[in-house]
Amino acid sequence: MILGVLSDFFLLREPNLKLVVTGTILLCAIAGFVGCFTFLRKRSLSGDVVAHSVLPGICLAFILSGEKNSFVLMLGALITGLLSLGMMEWISRRRIARPDTALSLMLSGFFGLGIVLLTYIQHEGNAAQAGLDRFIFGKAASISSEDVSLIQITALGILVLVFVFKRGLYAISFDEEFARSSGFPIVILRTILSVCTVWVVTIGIQAVGAVLMAALLITPALAARFWTQSLNAMLALAAIFGAIAGYAGSFVSFSAPQMPTGPWIVVTATCIAGISMVLAPRRGILARWYIHRRNRLKIRNENILKLFYQIGEKSGQMQGRILKEDLLNYRAFKTEQLESGLKTLVQHDKLNHELESYSLSNRGLAEAQRIVRLHRLWELYLQKYLHLAPDHVHDDAEAIEHVITPEIEAQLELLLGNPSIDPHNTIIPPRR
Amino acid sequence: MIVNAQNPSVEVHNLTVIYHKKPVLWNIDFALPRGEMIGIMGPNGAGKSTLVKAILGLVPLNSGHAQILGEELKAVRKKVSYIPQRQTIDWDFPATVKDIALMGRFPERGLFGIIRKKDREIADWALEQVGMAEYRNRQISQLSGGQQQRVFLARALAQEAEVYLLDEPFVGIDASTEASIVNLLRTIKEQGKTIIVVHHDLHTARDYFGWLVMLNASLIASGPVAQVFTDELLRNTYSGKLTVLSQVGDALREHNFPVREK
Repeated sequence: MILGVLSDFFLLREPNLKLVVTGTILLCAIAGFVGCFTFLRKRSLSGDVVAHSVLPGICLAFILSGEKNSFVLMLGALITGLLSLGMMEWISRRRIARPDTALSLMLSGFFGLGIVLLTYIQHEGNAAQAGLDRFIFGKAASISSEDVSLIQITALGILVLVFVFKRGLYAISFDEEFARSSGFPIVILRTILSVCTVWVVTIGIQAVGAVLMAALLITPALAARFWTQSLNAMLALAAIFGAIAGYAGSFVSFSAPQMPTGPWIVVTATCIAGISMVLAPRRGILARWYIHRRNRLKIRNENILKLFYQIGEKSGQMQGRILKEDLLNYRAFKTEQLESGLKTLVQHDKLNHELESYSLSNRGLAEAQRIVRLHRLWELYLQKYLHLAPDHVHDDAEAIEHVITPEIEAQLELLLGNPSIDPHNTIIPPRR
Repeated sequence: MIVNAQNPSVEVHNLTVIYHKKPVLWNIDFALPRGEMIGIMGPNGAGKSTLVKAILGLVPLNSGHAQILGEELKAVRKKVSYIPQRQTIDWDFPATVKDIALMGRFPERGLFGIIRKKDREIADWALEQVGMAEYRNRQISQLSGGQQQRVFLARALAQEAEVYLLDEPFVGIDASTEASIVNLLRTIKEQGKTIIVVHHDLHTARDYFGWLVMLNASLIASGPVAQVFTDELLRNTYSGKLTVLSQVGDALREHNFPVREK
């Protein structure tokens, strides 16, 4: 039975299913695509405003035309959607109210008007009004072949607009003043973006509803941003993530018909964003955590090597054998920290391990000497150039010694004239 | 002390800019020379950035007009390059160093012109000039403040502009980087270009610039550094003698008066 459901879905056996699935996927993909610009221009919430302010337009178009023609309704939606965006911009640019205030004013004002009009329509007794409420709650399962062709036109139209005006859209998203000083028509470019947004929102709210529409714009863009550093790749990825969410949403509501499509699309998209947030290279939480941990381990291991060196300086035997307990007496390591550090260093051939004692290997000695040298060079630099007192430089150097690169080391040598004594009158070991 | 240059790079007449009924620039008149390093100096809130934006047509003028290279801005747009304050930019934008340099070719190619091989070569050349060629594929989010400034300079160079307007390029940049950027600007100047810099550090002004514009809402002085960098003019620029003007501004705002009778 489950297998039947699966194969029915994946093979898109029913013609109606095929319609719904292709429509939803295309819609979500194009929403993710347009959303990239909304996201990059830091207008993430404007999708919300549009999604709520198209309702009065749809209702007015219905009242005036008296029929539920998708094209006419869309025209109405486009008008009030653009109007709300325009008024929002105007209010905040003119500093009549702050941007966040302007945003909530437009969102709630237009939506309120929409609900008023919708209630009026529903009580007026025009039989054609049935189903208008899907513009509030969305109903992907009721996508018709007419809707799909509308979605296809939308997708094509938006793709063409974005590719034709890509340079301008890119420029205003990054640096609007430069774009303007380059002679680009800022107002036209802004309007093109607004038209794309309103257009895709108008189509999209039929599937997911006004409340969830903003998620369809922004969430795929956010997820995509984690994975890539290039605008083209981001646009493609956002479209793909949107499509995956659309596919997953349709699948859930197909296999469990009481489940709603729209919310499932949004939940899937949010999961993709969450996974990206955790797993993405460099920007992801895991990657950051890994770097953090690697640094911590590097600091720990270098501190242990340094300790061997310092004990060696005192005893005069640089590669003498030292017991673990003696190390702990010298410096307040946590026992388990020290133990795992010693183990790693032995594995890396930097320490020799014999019975209970440890000693620096030749490699270990070289590295320990480098760290001690950097520490003392840095102390000297702080004293000479930042005029810090000798008793203030140590703690600073404890941290900095681990990040000084050979290039910075060379610069320090040059500045300090290859010194041999640090502020505490201890010898700075020579470079190996 | 206002010296007007012959055959000016930038010329401004009766320029007044008012934000929200508050005068920011008041009746400014000057003519700046060509092929010179020019500093725009003045205290905080003197309208330095606004002056640059007004010259570039980025803010609406309440009166007056600006000319660049003897022509209206529209006619010479490609020859004028603007470098905004670094802090106004979202450096987390998905773009590489090379992408930004290539943006310098946008004014030439416009919205739809094809970016050619030659444009890429010019962008590469510009990055070499500012010493950022080896970072060309790096994400702009990974640059230091000085490197960001260099990349913006490369964008301006790639534009092959005649007049460069830089808004506070040395804010948040260490001294040695500042010195190297100044050297870079000097080399550009040597090629006959005009460089106009909004600057607030009095100590370096005399060293950096050949010509100074001193501003405190109105124009206090404009001329060669030797004539303008005097104690008296500096005092005039940086003293609070404009409190009356700002009171007038407050009054205009309070009573919702227009600034010009129409």
